Amino acid sequence: MPDVSRRTKATKIRRLMEAEGASVAENTQGFNAGRYASVKGLDDYEGLKQRARAIKEDAIERLPELIDQLRTQVEGRGGSVYWADDAADANRYIAEVAGDADRFVKSKSMTSEEIEVNEHLKAQGVEVIETDLGEWVLQVAEEAPSHIVAPAIHKSRESIAALFNERFDPEPPLETAEELTRFAREQLGRLIQGADVGMTGANFITADSGTLALVTSEGNARKTALVPPTHIAVAGIEKIIPTVEDLQPFVELIGRSGTGQDLTSYLSLLTPPVPSPVPDFDRPDEPMEGSERDFHLVLLDNGRTAMRDDPQLRETLYCIRCGACANSCANFQQVGGHAFGGETYSGGIATGWEAGVHGLESAASFNDLCTGCTRCVNACPVNIDIPWINVVVRDRINREEAPSAVNGLVDGLLPNDEPSGVPLARKAIANFDTLARWGSRVAPLANWLARQSPVRWLMDRLAGIDPRRELPTLRSTTLRSWFADRDTVVSDPDVILVPDTYTNYVWTQRGTAAVRALEAVGLSVDLADVGDVGRPALSQGMISTATARAETVSEVLAPHVEANRTIIFVEPTDLAMLKREYAKLLPAAEAERLADASQDVMSVLREQLETSGSSRLSEGKGQRLVYHSHCQQRTLDLESPTVDVLERLGFDVTTTSAECCGMAGSFGYKSEYYELSMRVGEALRDEVQELEGTEATVVASGVSCREQLEAVLDRDVVHPVQLLV
Amino acid sequence: MPHVDQFLDSLERLEVGWTRTPAKELSSALDDVLLSPSIGAPLPFDGLSLEGANVNQQPSPADLESGSTGVTAARMAIASYGSILIQSDTDATEAASLFPDRHVAVLRASDIVPDMPAAFERLGPALRNDAVTTILATGPSATADMGALVKGAHGPMEVHVILVEDR
Ligand code: SF4
Repeated sequence: MPDVSRRTKATKIRRLMEAEGASVAENTQGFNAGRYASVKGLDDYEGLKQRARAIKEDAIERLPELIDQLRTQVEGRGGSVYWADDAADANRYIAEVAGDADRFVKSKSMTSEEIEVNEHLKAQGVEVIETDLGEWVLQVAEEAPSHIVAPAIHKSRESIAALFNERFDPEPPLETAEELTRFAREQLGRLIQGADVGMTGANFITADSGTLALVTSEGNARKTALVPPTHIAVAGIEKIIPTVEDLQPFVELIGRSGTGQDLTSYLSLLTPPVPSPVPDFDRPDEPMEGSERDFHLVLLDNGRTAMRDDPQLRETLYCIRCGACANSCANFQQVGGHAFGGETYSGGIATGWEAGVHGLESAASFNDLCTGCTRCVNACPVNIDIPWINVVVRDRINREEAPSAVNGLVDGLLPNDEPSGVPLARKAIANFDTLARWGSRVAPLANWLARQSPVRWLMDRLAGIDPRRELPTLRSTTLRSWFADRDTVVSDPDVILVPDTYTNYVWTQRGTAAVRALEAVGLSVDLADVGDVGRPALSQGMISTATARAETVSEVLAPHVEANRTIIFVEPTDLAMLKREYAKLLPAAEAERLADASQDVMSVLREQLETSGSSRLSEGKGQRLVYHSHCQQRTLDLESPTVDVLERLGFDVTTTSAECCGMAGSFGYKSEYYELSMRVGEALRDEVQELEGTEATVVASGVSCREQLEAVLDRDVVHPVQLLV
Repeated sequence: MPHVDQFLDSLERLEVGWTRTPAKELSSALDDVLLSPSIGAPLPFDGLSLEGANVNQQPSPADLESGSTGVTAARMAIASYGSILIQSDTDATEAASLFPDRHVAVLRASDIVPDMPAAFERLGPALRNDAVTTILATGPSATADMGALVKGAHGPMEVHVILVEDR
């Protein structure tokens, strides 16, 4: 990214955070907390998610057949089904059905926003009214949605009141949420009564019965389907599922996942023709009879068939658009969908949707905001690997970007298998291991150099490394050299510790502590002959570089795995790489063997403590700790081993709940994202301070979390294993 | 009756009111909760009707707007969620359950199923074979779009269930 666009982006993000950040944060964090509470009420949450996933996999696999079945159902009962190749095709058909209609009323539908049907109809002289209260607010304000489920979360009650009072001049002026709702209901009620066409989307469509399922709370979708004499439903082809019974897991998951509601107020199951009489408000006193209601189902392709054929984007089609990946995202919580979104969709999965329906350029405008923290992965009701989709799309964007002169120069210095389009900043981050190796050899000089303002200025200009961030200090005594100097020869070690780049060159103390702690529980330790597992490259979307790293790592570790040695990590993001992402980079069996052999240091200590009962580890004696476990560590459910070990040894542990620290590897170093990263970090700081004031020792497992916490708290942060020796 | 207590607990959680009544006292149970004018649709249940209550069972469009209470049948209910099923028909069932501020649903205790899988076991054949259209309603209509949670958005702000215990 050129320097100028970095600055523009930074400014845009700053303005959004100032104008909308507070509202967005309050709402998304509320939804996210609601999700955690609501899914607790399910007997078998994981089982339900797996069933939902299986149904979607099956449906997308059998899609052509299901479409035929659906068509037979709907047409057999007098409805029309139209296959729209793209937005223009869909709009043409809708305009044709509209005929000389004067007014459309709509219930909320992202798919209709994807085709921009409102603009199209308006150009034909048709009035289009959004009846979802949030969408209507935005229509009046002429703003775009900031969230796929709750479109107006960026607006406060006060700003909505000001908007309505100015636009409609009601007497007395509106103030409370009740007054605003009542007012909107009356206005919209009248508009619905005179509408010619009602347009809805569909959350699901069952092929066996031709039923549209609409998940709503306000009742506007019910009125939209009931009152006008013509009903048009617009739905992506991926909404089709095989049977009515298949709806059950989705119905139980969608509200809980999205807004933390066990169920939304209404689930409409419309099997057209709907028998209810059409109320004709032009003849208000005549009894209602007859249900002559036209029904048209527009099935939208618009790139979806190609997504289905694309092994990497196919998973996106399983998305039920619940919004959980947006709500659980620390970055989204601060900026909302106006920054973290493309032409139509927003949040983590939007990268897949935008790449599929609007193209890479739209996805490229926000894809960087996914830091790969993986907190959305367990939140997703259909188990989509959302961060992976972001990596894949980033890789494709890298391959499309034009090469620059500076890049050409660097290619020689930092060789890799990537196309020359990969920006310098990405390469520098991906090759941090190489840079650190050079740097540590001349550590005092390198560190001094890295602190000089002309150098920082240059780094900012060329690579977008923000000068306000303190750079990691490289140690001249690395973990490896410390280990070699100990003169202990280990011929047949019990376990192998991976000296990852950061532990080796920067946070050496946690490495030496890990070695000592493992020895204190009776394990002999050797270091692996490999450090960089490819995480930095992967985070930059450089999949071939990461794959090459994975292959090397696998080769080096293979003999140890063969000898049944546990491979131990101190850095959670590297462990997560082996446990999660290697499955995408290496042959399945090889990845699985490696994943099974790999463990984090605290889990190994716990195991040893459990079997032997005693150890030479230091006792906590009631020392108070606030522990922020790493985002990817929590996704793997590996927070508890650390807490267990600390508590067993007599520490008094409180844990944070913030989804991510905001540093997220290299993200927080980038000039355009520095302020956002700090905002996320400050939210964590506030939580830490609220939990334990300023007295407790702050503990973090990840190197990024430590850097971020030290920056926002201005105090030292230790790795849990450092407390034990 | 199985599941009745659980269903009523769920209604409590949703802040939905309820009355338990034997079939023969349905009219008086209704009288207690109707705010006039009341509109509604004939009940599809053998031996139960709205005849004794003051309910306009053939409302005009104007009546939809002026009605304070809408009385309809609920064909099924789900104990674990407190949901009721409003099935569309050629009468004003859907409209009467949607337009007035208060919705009163008449439910037979024997139509309560324990949970969502049980509900969909019944819905599957009904939707497939009889092209049924139905609304699964859980509590009153609501919105959080105006800066705080408000009950009563486009639909009713209050729901009351009349549970006919001996049916
Ligand atoms: S990707 Fe998953 S979490 Fe995100 S909106 Fe889709 S279904 Fe919900």
